[in-house]
Amino acid sequence: MTAIEFENISKQYRLGLVSTRTLSHDLNRWFQMNIRGKEDPYLKIGEVNDRAHRGESDYVWALKDISFKVEQGDVLGIIGKNGAGKSTLLKILSKVTSPTTGTIKARGRIASLLEVGTGFHPEMTGRENIYMNGAIMGMTKAEITRKLDEIVDFSGVERYLDTPVKRYSSGMTVRLGFAIAAHLEPEILVVDEVLAVGDAEFQKKAIGKMQDVSRGEGRTVLFVSHNMAAVRNLCTRVIVMEKGQVVFDGKAEKAISNYIAGQTYKQIHFPENSQVKSVEIKHINRNIHLKVKYNGDRIIKQPNLGFVIYDNYDNPLFGTNPINLGISDFGKPKNKGEVEAIISSPLLTNGLYPVSIWFSDGIQRSEDDTIYQEEKCISLEVENNGDLYFQKNISAEGLIIPIVDFKFK
Amino acid sequence: MSFTTVIKPKNRLFEVDFREIWQYRDLFAMFVKRDIITQYKQTVLGPTWFFIQPALTTVMYMIVFAGIAGISTDGLPEALFYLAGIVTWQYFADCLNKTSSTFTTHQAIFGKVYFPRLIVPLATVTSNLMRMGIQFLLFVAVYLYYWFTGVQIAPTIYLLLLPLLIVMLAGLALGFGIIISSMTTKYRDLTILFSFIVQLWMYATPVIYPLSTMSEKRQALMALNPVTSIVETFRVATMGIGTFNWNYLIYSFVFMVVLLAVGIVVFNKVQRSFMDTV
Repeated sequence: MTAIEFENISKQYRLGLVSTRTLSHDLNRWFQMNIRGKEDPYLKIGEVNDRAHRGESDYVWALKDISFKVEQGDVLGIIGKNGAGKSTLLKILSKVTSPTTGTIKARGRIASLLEVGTGFHPEMTGRENIYMNGAIMGMTKAEITRKLDEIVDFSGVERYLDTPVKRYSSGMTVRLGFAIAAHLEPEILVVDEVLAVGDAEFQKKAIGKMQDVSRGEGRTVLFVSHNMAAVRNLCTRVIVMEKGQVVFDGKAEKAISNYIAGQTYKQIHFPENSQVKSVEIKHINRNIHLKVKYNGDRIIKQPNLGFVIYDNYDNPLFGTNPINLGISDFGKPKNKGEVEAIISSPLLTNGLYPVSIWFSDGIQRSEDDTIYQEEKCISLEVENNGDLYFQKNISAEGLIIPIVDFKFK
Repeated sequence: MSFTTVIKPKNRLFEVDFREIWQYRDLFAMFVKRDIITQYKQTVLGPTWFFIQPALTTVMYMIVFAGIAGISTDGLPEALFYLAGIVTWQYFADCLNKTSSTFTTHQAIFGKVYFPRLIVPLATVTSNLMRMGIQFLLFVAVYLYYWFTGVQIAPTIYLLLLPLLIVMLAGLALGFGIIISSMTTKYRDLTILFSFIVQLWMYATPVIYPLSTMSEKRQALMALNPVTSIVETFRVATMGIGTFNWNYLIYSFVFMVVLLAVGIVVFNKVQRSFMDTV
């Protein structure tokens, strides 16, 4: 059964109407724009906004024609870069703001955890805040009283229940907030980045609770997060958003690698005065070939090329640089040349791996010694890596294909 | 199970969901409670401040306006005259000040979770009733003191209007407050302007002077201020002295009803999109 139906949801923001907070600013803007024919003096500069070029249009689509359905019991992950429209979508769903076009139809109560501890009053005690927060989320007093013990138990703040919340640590506040929302028993739970705070034990508890809620109790969860590991663990289905549109909709694993691929550049753009002219990474047979070409004014004594290869969850797989490996012979100092690293890597499973690059002259002693440095600027594509050793269509758990000699006797 | 929630772009102008407000009545009660307990938490004197503020203000008025300026108090004991004005006016002013910043003070919570926004100003007006009640007790205490010392004061039949007077004050404050708060989401300047206006407004209301010292024409002009007739009626109702005029009172009532209706419509429109402009 469909729990939520998004139909052509769009949200438009008109830049010209976004408040500058004071009347004088608005008057000044009106004067500058309409009398003197200049551009809006208060438009935020430096904000990436591919959707509409400045001067062409005052309008920005934060969301454009979003349509999808969520089945009951699904844990739907929503991932995407900052500004992709994830939070706007959730805000519309939780009725904080209204859509410009389209409709959302949902079955049952929607509770949002757009940030836990919403509406906590610092002067009020934990107990009072449980009632307050529950009421804000639409619970009745009787309902909360019925669940009070469970909530307190889950949050693990029993000792501080009659202490004002302002004396709580941030972790305790989050625990309490999450506990209330988790026991709210809404048919649809909207969660936005709650796992950022809270210790490992609590994160596990929270994820477990969200799984229970969806699997055991058949409720629907919408989960926005930048924590790919949590998304992978939790979500049955993931949509990837980009510039206000859904660009991918499918299984978690696929969606995540799709998202990571979209995030890492295939081609690096160097500034004009950069000494590094190109960075290339290729996977040839078993080896990874990383090549950097440089050409500029500086005579480089020790062209020190460092790299780190990551998985899709931000964990570094491996990385090093020649100085760390104890290499001392860098050849003749040159202002123009090429460094190639041939990395004999373990057999990686198919996919895209983000790579960070650091190119410097020797160990960095001062700022200028770093010639080029960029986090996850390029991605390594690995395809059919196992074919050399195994027959086609192999499969393995994890990121590395183990080479195993099985003996069958 | 059919769809229970439908979210659509815009609602019609007069579509105010009162049933929804009723569903959130527990939240309303929680807000009232929060307003009351948080106001004087971590203060040494606690609710005693409710007494101290009007008491000191009364003494001040007695010195400045009755003593130095020599303004008439309609033949009433000075303390009682001013207290009557302060109790009524202060309730109106407090409610107005608080409700007029509804959106700006609650933007953090409004930005994250939905509930009928009207609950907040309604709770403010209600929680202030307690404060007014305590101040009214002070008024009664002073009243009894004068009564026993033999001053000629007596409540009149208009005392029955008292609940209506309070409702009118609340309604006016709520109406003005939510209109102001709707306007201030875009222009913060208006907050400064309005708080200034409220300060001046008191002088256009017979709080520190009686209406009876003015000519008929002036009185009618003064009565254009919808709070005027309420303050005067309060004095007539409790002490039998003051200016009472049904026309003025009915005017104030109609004013309140219209204002409240306009306010709710404006507020309802703004609440849908205010997160985009705040």
